[in-house]
Amino acid sequence: MNIFDPAIFPILTADGLTNGAVYALLSLALVLVFAVTRVIFVPQGEFVMFGTLTLASLQLGRVPGTLTLLLVLLAISTVLNVVEALRRGDGRSAGISGVSGVALGAGLWALTTTLAAAKAPLLVQVLLTLLLVVPLGPLLYRVVFQPLRNASVLVLLIASVALHLVLVGLGLVFFGPEGSRTPAFAEGNTVLGGVTLSNQSLLVIMVSALLMVGLYYFFDRTLTGKALRATAVNRMGARLVGIRPTAAGSLAFTVAALIGALSGLLIGPSIAVSYDTGFLIGLKGFVGAIIGGLVSYPVAALGALLVGLIESYASFSLSQWKEVIVFTLILPVLLWRSLSSKHHDEEDE
Amino acid sequence: MTSTSPLLPAPLLKVDDLHVSYGRVEAVQGVSLSVGAGQIVSVIGANGAGKSTLMGAIIGALPSRGRVEYAGRPLAHTPLESRVAAGMTLVPERRELFSSMTVEDNLRLGAYTRRREGAGDLGGVFTRFPRLEERRKQLAGTLSGGEQQMLAIGRALMARPKLLLLDEPSLGLAPLIVREILRIVAELRDTGVTVLLVEQNARAALAISDFGYVLEGGQVRLSGPAADLAHDPAVVASYLGAAK
Ligand SMILES: Nc1ncnc2c1ncn2[C@@H]1O[C@H](COP(=O)(O)OP(=O)(O)O)[C@@H](O)[C@H]1O
Ligand SMILES: [Mg+2]
Repeated sequence: MNIFDPAIFPILTADGLTNGAVYALLSLALVLVFAVTRVIFVPQGEFVMFGTLTLASLQLGRVPGTLTLLLVLLAISTVLNVVEALRRGDGRSAGISGVSGVALGAGLWALTTTLAAAKAPLLVQVLLTLLLVVPLGPLLYRVVFQPLRNASVLVLLIASVALHLVLVGLGLVFFGPEGSRTPAFAEGNTVLGGVTLSNQSLLVIMVSALLMVGLYYFFDRTLTGKALRATAVNRMGARLVGIRPTAAGSLAFTVAALIGALSGLLIGPSIAVSYDTGFLIGLKGFVGAIIGGLVSYPVAALGALLVGLIESYASFSLSQWKEVIVFTLILPVLLWRSLSSKHHDEEDE
Repeated sequence: MTSTSPLLPAPLLKVDDLHVSYGRVEAVQGVSLSVGAGQIVSVIGANGAGKSTLMGAIIGALPSRGRVEYAGRPLAHTPLESRVAAGMTLVPERRELFSSMTVEDNLRLGAYTRRREGAGDLGGVFTRFPRLEERRKQLAGTLSGGEQQMLAIGRALMARPKLLLLDEPSLGLAPLIVREILRIVAELRDTGVTVLLVEQNARAALAISDFGYVLEGGQVRLSGPAADLAHDPAVVASYLGAAK
């Protein structure tokens, strides 16, 4: 059978769009983080892994290891904030930072252990998963990347790779070597124009589309979103209107973690995710981001959709070559970019 | 133009023995100056005299030694962004606009530190710079040099500054536009904005200023009421040419 067979093609396309939508979200996160902080965020896929596996742990009535990581990062960042405030001679902020760090940690610990033991309903577990994974974004920024904010792109990349290895290792410790799936959020199928699609796929496409519309609204209409874009366009200009680059960086990492965690929740029912799955998923988002030159959001999202589609078609006819084909795709794009793109680094002087 | 003594109004900005170095090169060497509330004070000097470095240190974009006092409070531990929130804004020599964003977005972002008090005075800026209103949906990077300078000043005004630091607003602009921009700067003083103006264009700067400083090799060589400086033989010879 050929992939253009009318019985197969629409299904492959739907499959490709489902995965592509998730890759597109991840590529947006990568572009955002790079544009605002100059960090090529290799561990983006680890947020996906933590998203799926945290929910899977909660499903089993276990306290996810994510809580430990969150509390450790919270403790370190609280100490950093207190020390910094004391250095400025600002005892009041130091006190507020210390007390709120401890209170937040205690609250998260109590909430997670209670809800995990109680086997709360799926929706509550989903919200708890987001509550545990999303703060990892700003905390990792605070602990790892904020202290390096004046470092070169290369140093930031090395830190990023190191962090990726650490997070994969922690994933193995927390969740074990086996893959897990999470329950589907929607059962059954829908027939659309003669094509049968699972409701789960439709849900993924719809949620991704909604998230993209939400992100568009955020960046195009809100002052906070514009402040993030402004920081990406001209860091000094942003500082001169009073936007703190560290606040922008922290927000970019929050958005990236939210996108990662949601992606993990979306793909959990269709892919068995294990501690090392994140990298490959993140890499496919990265191919999209590279196609967009790490600067253009729409091109990155389209590139990522294309990756999803090609992967899906390739998995049907040339399944053992699937990953090779997807990653070979990046070569002509890079070649074309290196020949045609003008340099964007005028503002980094 | 009448000149007032700088000692009469309380200083809004006081700089005391400021030093700024780039590695081993000291670009600002012990500068002291004072800007009275409601005044226009200009710092004139040739290319490379250290004017931009001085402005960068005052706003907190460059590390410095010495004292900078704003509204009676020392700024040593105040980061740039907090100085902006406290009412100082710099229009830098390079303008630093958000070139791939619209004129209107640039202006709205100018009011970022005032975001809790509403959207900022977009109407007021458009009244002062009607050209920006015509171009409000255009990308900042596509504006002409003069319009970009107006946008940079407009963006700074959106923060409702008490102290406006202007670094060579006339740089690279046609004389007609320079006159227009300096006229608007002079009007700003009448609305209660204090201005520290840095210029190579000494004649135009002194004409709208109350007080002036002459910077040479990172040090203040001369200072005095603007009208007196404009007639000082040394200033006339070095900065005003023979054409007076
Ligand atoms: N980033 C920099 N690194 C090293 N030297 C600099 C830098 N910026 C300016 N300088 C030097 O500092 C001196 C003062 O420069 P600047 O403040 O830009 O002068 P002005 O604004 O009066 O033209 C000049 O000698 C210049 O070469
Ligand atoms: Mg200069």
